[in-house]
Amino acid sequence: MDLTLTPELAAFREEVRGFLAAHADEYEAGAPKDPKAWQKLLIANGYAARTIPKAYGGYGAEPDILKSRIIAEAFIDANAPRGMAGQGISMLVPTLLEVGSEEQKTRWIPPTLNGDILWCQGYSEPGAGSDLASLQTRAVEDGDDFLISGSKIWTSTAAQAQMMFCLVRTEPDKPKHEGISYILFPMDTPGIEVRPLKTMTGHAEFNEVFFTDVRVPKANVVGGRGRGWFVANTTLKHERGMLGDPNATEARLKALIELMASETVDGQRIIDNPVFRDRLMQLQARVFSMKFNGLRTMTDETAGLARMIVKLQGCELNHQVAALAIDALGELGILYHDGPHLRAKGNWQRNYMFDLGLIIGGGTAQIQKNIISERGLGMPREPKAVEA
Amino acid sequence: MRFALSEDQTLLQDSLNKALADLSPLDRVRRFADSDACSAPDIWAGLAELGLPGLMVPEEHGGLGLGLLEAALAAEALGRVVAPTPFLGSAVLAPLALTLAGSDEQRSRWLPKLASGEAVAGAAISEPIAGAREGAGVSADGGRLTGKSLFALDAPGADLIVVADRKGALHLAAAAETAEIMPSIDATRRLGELTFRDTPAEALASNQALERLRDAAWVMLAADTLGAAQAMLDKAVAYAKERKQFGRTIGSFQAVKHLCAEMAAELEPARALVWYAAYAFDHAPDEAPLMAAHAKAHLSEIGRFVARTATEVHGGIGMTDLLGLHYWFKRIGQNRQLLGGPERVRETAARLQGLIPA
Repeated sequence: MDLTLTPELAAFREEVRGFLAAHADEYEAGAPKDPKAWQKLLIANGYAARTIPKAYGGYGAEPDILKSRIIAEAFIDANAPRGMAGQGISMLVPTLLEVGSEEQKTRWIPPTLNGDILWCQGYSEPGAGSDLASLQTRAVEDGDDFLISGSKIWTSTAAQAQMMFCLVRTEPDKPKHEGISYILFPMDTPGIEVRPLKTMTGHAEFNEVFFTDVRVPKANVVGGRGRGWFVANTTLKHERGMLGDPNATEARLKALIELMASETVDGQRIIDNPVFRDRLMQLQARVFSMKFNGLRTMTDETAGLARMIVKLQGCELNHQVAALAIDALGELGILYHDGPHLRAKGNWQRNYMFDLGLIIGGGTAQIQKNIISERGLGMPREPKAVEA
Repeated sequence: MRFALSEDQTLLQDSLNKALADLSPLDRVRRFADSDACSAPDIWAGLAELGLPGLMVPEEHGGLGLGLLEAALAAEALGRVVAPTPFLGSAVLAPLALTLAGSDEQRSRWLPKLASGEAVAGAAISEPIAGAREGAGVSADGGRLTGKSLFALDAPGADLIVVADRKGALHLAAAAETAEIMPSIDATRRLGELTFRDTPAEALASNQALERLRDAAWVMLAADTLGAAQAMLDKAVAYAKERKQFGRTIGSFQAVKHLCAEMAAELEPARALVWYAAYAFDHAPDEAPLMAAHAKAHLSEIGRFVARTATEVHGGIGMTDLLGLHYWFKRIGQNRQLLGGPERVRETAARLQGLIPA
């Protein structure tokens, strides 16, 4: 254990802080004034797309997990907006870098990084959730093209996205894991219909997407025909890392502490109520645990199990932080939408509801527990059901 | 920056685990638990060979001069096998008290003996930390102590006792007037009820020593629970892979393996918290008290969850004396209450960060 920064890293931290101070007039309340210009500036300085090769529009630095963390912390401290995230940058780009062809990398990565192309992910289907490999959206050969028919669900940003990365069944006669291909296509291709999917939050965070004979060139397959399951797992790995980010949880806990120290009921601060205070301290211990667990996963090669539990524990903890904020607010905690008494724009309730979706999405909590027990603890798999 | 054990620390952990597997197998634990003995001389001698009693004693006094993180690894290893041996009082709190607040003469007199294991020290610090019960509390006057101290760690049979009086000042007493074993759920470690009647004692220069002792003890109890809980999870997983019902190993039922996954998911981050709390004690004194409090309270909660869940995974046999799982269950249960249960410790955590007035 050595948590001190080397002189090189300490100097790097000063550099990042200096950059954010020098450009403080280009962002406000955690948002950039000109998102594309901000993204371009961040890439040029190595604070976004840091490890993406220069040839594909990135900064081209060697991966350095500690520098990445220093950047993340400096941005949180300054309440400065990070580079663009989105499923294209967080999930498609790493996948293309790992298994894409040279042509695919050159064509898709640069415009994705600079924000010209927004992507959505076509994975889940109404009949293929946890059992994703049973997906039925079919791609039938027609000359040099596939004709895609079927539907996807839980597709975030489908209405805004220009492109989709999608899992389709190209080999219906092969075993389910071997008949899938990972394919890219524009969302304005004829035969695609997007319907917003409104959730319990009152917002349409997701969509349903329907395909009728959507014509896509075979050349748009990534990682080889029939190799889609392997390619998708590359991407899911990136998503699970994103869903359990301890920095985000820490920021929320900070907001919760401020709330409890400033809100009063009958003139008494909420934090002065011992029951609420005790719940807060229980959560704080968990947030610290996840923070240190996160540090450990970055630098300790024996931390395999510690890595596996991040999605399960991180999403649950976010949900619990929101739950305590609602309880602490009491009757004010039920206000929603707008109105003069609403706190934090109703985000505590919205997060409380939306976080439940994150506990379910990206591999449900129950699937996570299967992974932890089977791969982490070496317990036997559930016997396979006999297929009809 | 590296959040991981060093090579030396991993080596220490491995050699302790290996030695303790031989020194403290279940039948040895059971023999100690069923006896009135204050110590297990064979285990103590084996640990002394490894340098455990002198882990935190400075090298100039014959110890290893290591920090609280190494001591936490030792506590974890001891908890893992529910080792029936003094440790917290003798190898951590007494050496710390002497190092922080003892005179040169007091250090030279006691530290070499503690380091070699020739002398065992207890720590009577419960009242000013966890609150006085049953009229306990010790008063100091003119080099003499009077009163009672309960739940004194490693104290029965000890050659030296570090005593915290009602005001939190520390004293060294060669022995109490009487030192009775307090029968408790955990028969693997001895707690003392000490009576002082005008008992001669030497004052230690106090400053903030008691707070440091409290922080160290909280981290050690958390680490002991971590080791014991990890052992319970390991046993539950091993049992679930072996035991068959309905023609299947029970570990293939999701109802069972999800319990194991939940235990692992709680324990892994808790391990990082214990490491950090110990590291902070050694290297980041400003953060140390809060982290020690969180480690103590959080491991108490996680420990309780793992202890009951691992027992449940074993089914009825988990309840039996024959299997002996109860030694781990009870050790975890005792660590939870010692020096303040989680609710009280969390109150301290809130106060330490200024959320409520000090």
